[in-house]
Amino acid sequence: MLLAAAAGATPANDILTVTDGVVGLAWLIPTVPALGFVAVLVARRWLAARAAYLGVAAAAVAFVLSVAVAVEVIGTPATYVRELPRWIDVGGLTVGFDLLVDQLTVVMLLVVTGVGLLVHLYSVGYMLGDSRFARFFAYLNLFLASMLILVLGSNLLTLFLGWELVGLSSYLLIGFWFEKRAYATAAKKAFITNRVGDVAFMVAMFLAFASLGTLDLLAIIDAAPTLSSGVTFTLVLLLLGGAAAKSAQIPLYVWLPDAMAGPTPVSALIHAATMVTAGVYLTVRLSPVLVGSVDAMTIIAWIGAATALLAALIAVRQDDIKKVLAYSTVSQLGYMFIGVGVGAFREGIFHLVTHAFFKGLLFLAAGSVMHALANETDLWRMGGLRRAMPVTFATSTIAWLAISGVPPFAGFFSKDQILTEAYLHGYGGVYLVGLVGAVITAFYMTRWYVMVFLGPARHRPGVHPHESPTSMTIPLVVLGLLSAVGGLVLNPVHSGPLYRFLAPISGDITAIGYEPVGPLGEAQLIPISIVAVTIGIALAWRLYARRDLSGGRLVEPVRGPVAELLERRLLVDEVYEAVFVTFGTRLARALTWVDRRLVDGAVMGSGALSVATGRLARRAQTGMVRTYVAVMVVVVALLLAAAVALTADVTVGLVR
Amino acid sequence: MGPITLTVVTPLVGALLLALAPRSRDRDVRAVGLAVSLATFAASLWLLASFDRTQPDLQLVESFTWIPTIGARFAFAVDGVSLVLILLTTFLVPLVLVASWRSVDDRLVGYTAAFLVLEAAVIGVFATTDLLLFYILFEFTLVPMYLIIGIWGGAGRRAAAVKFFLYTLAGGLLMLVGLLYLQAQTGTFDYVAIRDAIVSGRFVLTDVQQAWLFAAFLVAFAVKVPLFPVHTWLPDAHTEAPTGGSVFLAGVLLKMGTFGLLRYAMPLFPDATTTFAPWLLGVSVVGVLYGAIVALMQADVKRLVAYSSVSHMGFVVLGTFALNDVATTAAVVQMVNHGLSTGALFLLIGFLYERRHTRMIADFGGLAKQVPVMAGLWLLVSLSSLALPGLNGFVGEFPILLGTFATSRPAAVLAAFGAVLAALYLLWAYQRMFHGPLETDANRTTTDLTRRELAVMAPLVVLIVAIGLYPGPLFDLVGPSVDRVLGEVAAAGGLR
Repeated sequence: MLLAAAAGATPANDILTVTDGVVGLAWLIPTVPALGFVAVLVARRWLAARAAYLGVAAAAVAFVLSVAVAVEVIGTPATYVRELPRWIDVGGLTVGFDLLVDQLTVVMLLVVTGVGLLVHLYSVGYMLGDSRFARFFAYLNLFLASMLILVLGSNLLTLFLGWELVGLSSYLLIGFWFEKRAYATAAKKAFITNRVGDVAFMVAMFLAFASLGTLDLLAIIDAAPTLSSGVTFTLVLLLLGGAAAKSAQIPLYVWLPDAMAGPTPVSALIHAATMVTAGVYLTVRLSPVLVGSVDAMTIIAWIGAATALLAALIAVRQDDIKKVLAYSTVSQLGYMFIGVGVGAFREGIFHLVTHAFFKGLLFLAAGSVMHALANETDLWRMGGLRRAMPVTFATSTIAWLAISGVPPFAGFFSKDQILTEAYLHGYGGVYLVGLVGAVITAFYMTRWYVMVFLGPARHRPGVHPHESPTSMTIPLVVLGLLSAVGGLVLNPVHSGPLYRFLAPISGDITAIGYEPVGPLGEAQLIPISIVAVTIGIALAWRLYARRDLSGGRLVEPVRGPVAELLERRLLVDEVYEAVFVTFGTRLARALTWVDRRLVDGAVMGSGALSVATGRLARRAQTGMVRTYVAVMVVVVALLLAAAVALTADVTVGLVR
Repeated sequence: MGPITLTVVTPLVGALLLALAPRSRDRDVRAVGLAVSLATFAASLWLLASFDRTQPDLQLVESFTWIPTIGARFAFAVDGVSLVLILLTTFLVPLVLVASWRSVDDRLVGYTAAFLVLEAAVIGVFATTDLLLFYILFEFTLVPMYLIIGIWGGAGRRAAAVKFFLYTLAGGLLMLVGLLYLQAQTGTFDYVAIRDAIVSGRFVLTDVQQAWLFAAFLVAFAVKVPLFPVHTWLPDAHTEAPTGGSVFLAGVLLKMGTFGLLRYAMPLFPDATTTFAPWLLGVSVVGVLYGAIVALMQADVKRLVAYSSVSHMGFVVLGTFALNDVATTAAVVQMVNHGLSTGALFLLIGFLYERRHTRMIADFGGLAKQVPVMAGLWLLVSLSSLALPGLNGFVGEFPILLGTFATSRPAAVLAAFGAVLAALYLLWAYQRMFHGPLETDANRTTTDLTRRELAVMAPLVVLIVAIGLYPGPLFDLVGPSVDRVLGEVAAAGGLR
């Protein structure tokens, strides 16, 4: 088949170290928005509304430079390395700010700066009148700079620098309206959840360095075949831990739906189109390492499949215009992880790109609707917007068809190619789950679309819907065009232009020896997908478009205990709360008590010790549980210290 | 007079000048204090300029006769490690003095003089190579600090000052016994002579002797760091100390402990070092996690930062005893970083306290809207403290963990969770103080930072960002000296 032929002839890139030319100037791509951030933040009082010009201009410069770099790389395909000054240099650990520019970088640069520029532009209208208008553009610029460092960094640590800074921008923007406690909590939750993933990412770096003596991406890729299968397996799973947090996969996805607290342009740019795809970027970037452990890849595929299905199910019963899209994003990121897991790295990136188009568009459209309805977010209070908001309606229609997977819109090609690959690479279960997910996706998106735009208006009295200003509709139209033809142009068939373009960066899967699930080929699988999508759309259409929805939630047709559970997000947040927050708080309380009464008491001398013992004795009657926990804590601490001590292999030396 | 003596003597002369001068106006006292501390900083820059980076051993030796019969001298010399700690000290003192301009007016001469004397003593601790002088100065730092807490501190200052004094004095006494034993064996207090004799094998301590001596030194330094479980004096001392005292305590005094471990305990007792190292790694990891978890539950933001110091200094000890070039060098860099970030946090807490006379987190809320500049700086410093890449904390913490991974994988992985906890307690505190609605009148009338306060914060912010993005010079300064210490430990092991 076409696929096998293409995969067999994986062309390798030459590595070119450059200092001049367009790629030599690539360091300006993150630097310009970074300067924009500093300038707007420092001079925001003086700039006031003019801050928008500065912010948009910085994004525009980054976009133009990215296009120039893309032209260069398309013209002369190669892996370009732009050396820059050292960052950390201690012992054997040498890390520079060097940039890596190849085909994958170019795709990411164009998506990030392209959607980034559109969202900057959109925000001029959307955020107008906000008391922290200028600050918003400063943060957007900070995000852009951080994301660009992430995709340009030539080693894991520089990538991690961008990785953490996008996390910071995300924190600042989710909590942009920090006066609301829930929003501030959502911001903190996002940061902390990502930190959990960061521990995995950091340990992955420790392991890579301990095994290979370098954090340089190209060097790691080069040396990956020398790693033992056990190390590769661990390394990939650790990377997955980092990726799962940033890209909102099970079990670390819980922060993303809450992140909708941020202004809607932020949701479009950061929490749909770009930042959340960083985990996909990371795994594809290191796909030559991934192919060394099929077991680890299978785990990635199943995590992706489970996330795709679970989040799609939850989306079915969400009533908030942005929450549906948020769970949809989690679900779609799951498809990208399926792609990575089944060895369809390039298809994963393809879906990343089309998803950036249609999901960015859906969020911007949602923002446009909220703008028109005085910040209404309840789907039951919408409807009938198709005449009042013709541009938003038309572009949303494209996005709806694109995400649902209707040919020839963008999402059809990318999602379908991932599912086809899952089948052809022998992942029957993953394929089936993905197919069911596709039915549900078509269902909840149709529900969303119908409830927002069709039928009679259900909005609150006194609200007068209107189309948004031009600065907001232009980005809608551009993304609408891309969602309509993006798939067809980029990669209409498996070995399309994008697929061939990305060949040199994709891990070589020929050695894995995938066997297809069954006798079906692409020609049979595509119709199956189309049927699945049709079922999803038709079902939702029947349930929502043909019904009077003015009764609100009471007339919700998807009912029953399971539906209730879906509405309550399968109680995952509650379980996490009980396990981590409640238990964590108890532990911290106990430890604090131990610190005051035992540790301080013990070392303050025999007098204090006897007092402490007396207290302890009293506690034994009044607070048995607490004392018990306290003793437990001390024992655990001692065991911990002993465990570390007994496994340490201390020899004075150098780390290489 | 060489650059080291000048750096030590300048603040002493300033203190003397203040003490002897007739009753003077507060303004003049403040001006003199600032001028003297800036002159000291200038002297330390001369020291930096005179320092030869390519030379890893102690250099710029200055030695004066003191008590010849027991072989004690006023001997000074610096290596990269002591140099950066001296620079940290002289950098922080002017900021501390200016930060106190409004909060301290009671017995101002005494306050300023106490800080200058303290500064001289600490620089002496870092710069001397005489064991007896080191011990005396190490313990003497307690006196001005005791006065600063006991006179200019908060409501519970007496008890806290006494606890601080007795706790750390008791720790030091064991070290004195150890020092005297070493002197009895060698006939000198000259650190360099003893160290060289040990490294060359001319003076041999048995394993048992080493273990006891190491333990004696360890107790003194562990209390000072402070290492879990001998840390409980620190939260009390911080809570009651005036802002300047807290900044200096966290910024500089704690480093005397980690400095002592690296300068004395390790090269003098190399075999004991490698024997004890696994246990110290274990204790450090527990300290990292324990300090962070206890910090979570603190209602007083100053206590919270105090416990965060226990956690962060755990990272420093972890890196130190990982005993490899990456981790141990980064541990020294992290001493500086901790001094800057924690110092900056205590300054901000002080500025807020001056306005509100409370440090209870629950008393604040929504302040980011009212005092955006203070909020922005608070967040930046918190991010530096929780080791966000791009700021100074990360370039210390990451190599510490990466290096430790080579020595003990569980230690590195467990300590890495300290990064999650740090984010949790710092951002949670930030959220409760600066986010949410502006509700109480007190919060609605809190004023933002003044120009003077901004001027105090600016140098810290510049260093926090500069070291975060360009730490090369700092690593280059301490790297060779740390490699030398590790070489000494390794060489002695090889002789056995």
